Amino acid sequence: MRHGKRWIAAAAVLAALAATGCSGSGGGDGKVTLSYATWSDDQKPAMEAIAKAFEDKHPNIDVQVQVLPWPEYWSTLQVGAAGRTAPDAFWMLADQFPAYAKGKQLLDITDAVKAAGVDLAAYPKAVLDLYDVDGKLYGLPKDFDTNGIWFNKALFDKAGVAYPDDTWTWDDARAAARKLTNPAAGVWGIAAPIDRQGGYYNSIYQAGGKVIGDDGKAAIDSPEAVSGLQFWTQLHADGLSPTLKQLSDTEAVQMFMDQKVAMYFSGSFWAQRLYGDQALRPNVGVAPLPKAKQRATMISGILNAGYAGTKHPKELAEFLIFASGKDAAVIQAKSGAVLPAYQDTQQGWLDAMPEFNLKVFVDAVDYSVPLPIAGDAAKWTGLETQYLGPAWEGKQNAAEAARAYNTAINEVLAK
Amino acid sequence: MTTDVVSPPARQRTRRRAGGLLPAPGWGYLMIAPAFVGLVAFYVWPFLTTFGKSFMDVPAFGPGTFTGVDNYTELLGDARFWQALRNSALYTAILLLGVPVAIVLAALIEQVGRGRALYRVLFFLPVVTLPVAISMVWRFIYNGDFGLLNYVLSLVGVPGQYWVADATFTIYAVGVVGIWMSLGINLIILGAGLQGIPQDLYEASALDGAGRVRQFFRITLPLLSPSVFLVTVLTVISALQMFDLIFVMLRSVNNTALADSKTIVYLFYEKAFVEFDQGYGAAIAIVLLMVIMAATLLQFRLQRRWVFYD
Repeated sequence: MRHGKRWIAAAAVLAALAATGCSGSGGGDGKVTLSYATWSDDQKPAMEAIAKAFEDKHPNIDVQVQVLPWPEYWSTLQVGAAGRTAPDAFWMLADQFPAYAKGKQLLDITDAVKAAGVDLAAYPKAVLDLYDVDGKLYGLPKDFDTNGIWFNKALFDKAGVAYPDDTWTWDDARAAARKLTNPAAGVWGIAAPIDRQGGYYNSIYQAGGKVIGDDGKAAIDSPEAVSGLQFWTQLHADGLSPTLKQLSDTEAVQMFMDQKVAMYFSGSFWAQRLYGDQALRPNVGVAPLPKAKQRATMISGILNAGYAGTKHPKELAEFLIFASGKDAAVIQAKSGAVLPAYQDTQQGWLDAMPEFNLKVFVDAVDYSVPLPIAGDAAKWTGLETQYLGPAWEGKQNAAEAARAYNTAINEVLAK
Repeated sequence: MTTDVVSPPARQRTRRRAGGLLPAPGWGYLMIAPAFVGLVAFYVWPFLTTFGKSFMDVPAFGPGTFTGVDNYTELLGDARFWQALRNSALYTAILLLGVPVAIVLAALIEQVGRGRALYRVLFFLPVVTLPVAISMVWRFIYNGDFGLLNYVLSLVGVPGQYWVADATFTIYAVGVVGIWMSLGINLIILGAGLQGIPQDLYEASALDGAGRVRQFFRITLPLLSPSVFLVTVLTVISALQMFDLIFVMLRSVNNTALADSKTIVYLFYEKAFVEFDQGYGAAIAIVLLMVIMAATLLQFRLQRRWVFYD
C-alpha cells in the first residue's frame, strides 16, 4: 500500500512537470504571438519589416516570420493543419486553396474586413476571383504576378535581332529564336520548359483556348488549346530551346542567368533575382508576351491567409488585413521583392529597379486571365510533366498528349 | 541465467530480501514508462492509425469514411504502384552489390597499419553528412551539361548522358550514390566482425601454405558471415525505404524521368502529402511494411544455408 501511494505520488509529480512544461510557453504578460509562414528567403526582409510595422501599431502582438523551404512548404502546412499546430498566418496559393477552404482550415475574415472598412476594389479582381469561395473572404491578396518576355539584350545585339516589343506575334518570337540560336556558342533562342504559369497556359489563351472550360471540365484538347501547346513543342522540334533533359538538370531561369538562352517567358517574380546579378543586370530587357489570336497572360498572386484553428482569431484577422494593406504593400514594393497587390503601390516596385522596363508587368493586368483552377488542382497539375513531356520531347504529337492529359484531368475532377 | 540454478526456497529468500531494498513492482513500470510511452506514441499509435486509415478514404482535412479494401484493390491495379515496386527492387539489388564491395574494402582497411582510422573516417563521412546535401552535390556531378561525371567520361571518349533526367539511368545513378552513402556504416559493422576473427587461424593456415586469397575465402568470409548477414538485412530494409535521393536529385518540374523513377516511398509521399490522398498513402505504407517483413523473413530463412555461427 505504502509503495503504491509513493508510486502514484511520483506519477503525479511527473504529470505536473509535463503540464508545466506545456503551459510554460503561454506566458502571462498578455502578449499575443502570431506565427507567419512563408517560403521565400528573398522576401524575408520585407516580411519582417511588415511584421515590425504591425508590431509598432500593436505593441501587445508579436509576429514571428518563419521561412519554410519550398519543397516542404505544403506538406508541413497540411500536417500542421491536421495536427492543429499550423502557423497562424501563412501564404496560400490558388491551386492549393480549394482543398484548404473546403476542409474548413482557413479563418473566415469576411466580417473583420468589412468592419475595418477595406475597399476590395483596391485589389486586382482576377486575383480576388482566384480565392473566391461562396463569397467569403479567407484572406487578402498579398501580391500578384503577370508574365512577360525576359530577354538578353547582349545576345540580341550579337545576333543582330531587334528587341521584342508589343507588336510581336508568335511568328516574330519564333523567327527571332531561330536567328538567336547558335549551337556553336551554346546559345539557344528561347527556353521552352513545361511551365504552365509562365509558358503554355498563356499560349493556350493567346490562341483562344482554355485549360478548364466553362462547364468546369478540362478543355486542353480543343484545337485552340492544342495550337497553344504546339507553340512550345515546335520550338523543341526546331531545336531552338535546350532539351527538356537539359532544362531538368539546369532550370530555365538559371540558363537565362548563365546567358545561355536569349528569351525566357516568365513571371514578374524573377525581377529581384535578375536585378541582383550585377553582371547580368545591364543585359536584361522586358517585353510583353507575343500575341496570337489575342493577347493574354496568366495572373496569379499569393493570399495572406489565416489558420482557422488559431488561438487568436481577432488579432490574426487584424494582422492579415494589415499584411495585405497599403502600408505593407509600400514596404513590399520598395524591397523590390514582388508586385504588391494593393492598387497604386506598384510604382515603388518599378522605381526599385529603374533599369528594367517593369511597367510591362503592371500593364499586363489589363489583358490578364486568372490562373485556371478547378477541383483538386494540385493533383492534376502534378501530372502535367508525365502527360505533356512526350510531346515536348517529340515522342508524341501535341494533340495526342493533350487528349491523354485532358482525360487524366477529368478523372481527377470527377472524384 | 543464474536464477535457473537457484533452488526455489533460496529464490524466495532473495526476493524477500530484495523487497526490503527495492521498491514495489510499480516503480519498475514507472522507470520503463518514458521508453514505453515513447514507443506507444511514436510507433504503435502511428502504426495503428496508418493501418486504420488504409481502409478509409481520408480527405486532406477532417474525418475519413470507411471504404473497406478499396485502397488495396486500387493499389494492386495501379501500374504506377508496380512500377514503383520494381524501381525499389532494382535499387535494392544495386545496393546489395555494394555489400561485396564493403567486404573487400573492410578486409583491405584491416590490412592497413597506421592509417586505418583515417580510412574509416573518410568512408564514414557520407554517413554523417546530410542526405540532402549529398544529393545536391551528386546532382551537380550528374548534370548532363556541366557535370563532373560527363567531363571525366569525355576525357576517355565516352559520350555523356543526362544521368538523372533520363529514366534509362536514374535508378542506377541513384544506386551508386546509395552504395557510397551506406559504405561507411557497413565498413564499421564488417570491421568489427573482422576484428573478432582469431589471428591464430591466419597464422596456422599460413604455416599450412594458404595464400592471402585462400585465407580470405576460407577463413575471413565464413567467420565474417554473421556480420555480412546483418549488413545485408539492414541494407535491404533501408534500400526499400529510399526516398530522399529521388526527392532531391530528380525532383524538377521538367524531369520527365521522374514519373518512371519513383520508388515505393516516393509514391507514398506523393499520394499522402502532395495529392492529400492519405488513405491510399496509408495502404502503400502497409504494403511496404509487408514487403520489408517478407524480405527480412526470407533472409532469416536463407541464412541457415550460408551464415556460419561458431
